[in-house]
Amino acid sequence: MADILQLLVAGLATGGIYALVAVGFTLLWQTSQTINFAQGEFVMLPAFFVLIAMGYFGLPFWLAVAVGGVVSVVVLGLLFKKWMVDPMIRHGVLPLVIATIGLAILMKEMVREFYGADAWPFPALAATTDVAVLGAVFSIQSLIILGICIAVVAALQLFLNGTRIGRCMQATAQNPTVARLLGVRVERMILYTFLINGALVWVASLLITPIYLAKFTNGEWLGLYAFIAAIIGGFNQVRGAIVGGLLLGVVDNFAAAYISSQYRTAIPLLILIVVILFRPQGLLGRVEERTV
Amino acid sequence: MKNRRLAAGIVLASAGAFLLVAPWGLKPYGIFILSMWAVMTIAAIGLNLTLGYAGQISLAQAAFVGIGAYITAWLTTKGWPFWPTYVFGGVSCFAVGWVLGYPALRVQHHYLAFVTLAFNTLVYLIFRNEEWLTGGIYGISNVPRPSVLGWSTNSPLAFYYFCLAHLALVSAATWWLIRSPWGRAFVALRENPIRALSLGVDTRRYTLVAFAIGAGLGGISGALYAPLVQFIDPTPFALGLSLNLLLMVVLGGSGYFFGPFLGAIVAVLLPEWLRFTQGFYLMGYAVLVIVLMAFSPTGLLGLADRLTRPARRRTASAAGVPPEPAAESEATR
Repeated sequence: MADILQLLVAGLATGGIYALVAVGFTLLWQTSQTINFAQGEFVMLPAFFVLIAMGYFGLPFWLAVAVGGVVSVVVLGLLFKKWMVDPMIRHGVLPLVIATIGLAILMKEMVREFYGADAWPFPALAATTDVAVLGAVFSIQSLIILGICIAVVAALQLFLNGTRIGRCMQATAQNPTVARLLGVRVERMILYTFLINGALVWVASLLITPIYLAKFTNGEWLGLYAFIAAIIGGFNQVRGAIVGGLLLGVVDNFAAAYISSQYRTAIPLLILIVVILFRPQGLLGRVEERTV
Repeated sequence: MKNRRLAAGIVLASAGAFLLVAPWGLKPYGIFILSMWAVMTIAAIGLNLTLGYAGQISLAQAAFVGIGAYITAWLTTKGWPFWPTYVFGGVSCFAVGWVLGYPALRVQHHYLAFVTLAFNTLVYLIFRNEEWLTGGIYGISNVPRPSVLGWSTNSPLAFYYFCLAHLALVSAATWWLIRSPWGRAFVALRENPIRALSLGVDTRRYTLVAFAIGAGLGGISGALYAPLVQFIDPTPFALGLSLNLLLMVVLGGSGYFFGPFLGAIVAVLLPEWLRFTQGFYLMGYAVLVIVLMAFSPTGLLGLADRLTRPARRRTASAAGVPPEPAAESEATR
């Protein structure tokens, strides 16, 4: 029982991180039909922003974290939209997909060339001690990760549902034409989703890098897991991405412990294939109707 | 028009002649890279049929190259002669590709990309973990090279011509295929599947066929890859190669017959020539992909086509294939 509880909490913690990344991914898709194949690299990069701020500019950790956040929002949010998505989105989805694959290569190679191919240690946000509850041992770190993920998702939901800008963003996602007619500044709302994505990947990066170290290849599997989470939950629903992320983290952890560590990665992929084949809209998604 | 054709003929003939004399005076490694180009071009031609002509995105091409390579390596090291294993590899991939086509009947675009991506990773895991069959991470070594009519292809030069002959055969077959009613049906499928269906094209069957043929060519490419490298392990067949093949097709010009040839030059040959640039090559490659997508989503050939074609002849759909009316008339037969 204690084992299961431990695995569950650890799974929820990593799942929460996947959920953050997946939420950003679905936000981009909803408002601008952007499929970002570089989303994993977007998570890999902010940790290096922080490391550079600390190592080259000698900033203290928390200041470096803040600087990393600003740089992430500007580079991965604003510039990504202005320089990549805007010129390409008019060609349709596929060219942008290809271009983001190119972007992923570019980001990886730049980190490898200019920072280094090693796995760099990254300071944890909190002490890495354990705490025992009901006979199960939890690491403080996973509890804090889980707490932060819940807080971020809750704040995002509050923003989307409770503020004027948030509701305008939802309107943009549901029907841009009508939203524009009703006076919503659609372009600006789309920009906001890109900025939010920049912030989300920054948080995810801060949470996951202390566990897996900062390495230029981190994005490869992170991006894959975020896609899988987004698709399992439902591509067009923020809460779908959250459920998908949590589910994926838990399943992944249990599969590694009870089924086979060799085929650990296979389980999420099999779930992905089954979901796509039998419920392509995802567990919580709605069917998207397309005009002929 | 006539000039364009003549120019294209001259370019083609000189490219062919160049390929024949290119390996002379090259070191074995240079010949190896040229052979690799031919092998990867075959895989990219397959993907170009699936993606460029039939419009079905696939991120599983590396898996088929892998399946073809493993079948060939496994059987030839067990003492089988080359040709049966070669046919077996191609046919197996055709069959698996057919099955992989079924998801494409249900989902499209990015969903299809992810299904095929998942498939590729699953196949990779099997290559890596099923040691009794694939040798796991140690792979299969000492894959023999075939002999053709008693003439051994053991030397790098002989094997290069062997690969080149295959490339020529595959190209000729593909050239014929895309001009056959099947090829026209593929294009109809890409341009407007619902309209194609309403005109009587069996879109179900053609989607599966497009996947299966693309996969079969991947298998053939793999069957050549194994004796070329003479050692295979799971690493080359991971998702990276699938992405790379996709980039080759799109970079060269998806839906253009010669797109894969050009794309493979950029992705296979250029990195070797530009080796002195080290990691910067990949960065330049990535930037090229991004810039090209921004300005010419139809790839390098699309760009060339736009620059050389007189303004009034420009068409909206990707050129190099017959424009829509022709596709329709074939499709309605």
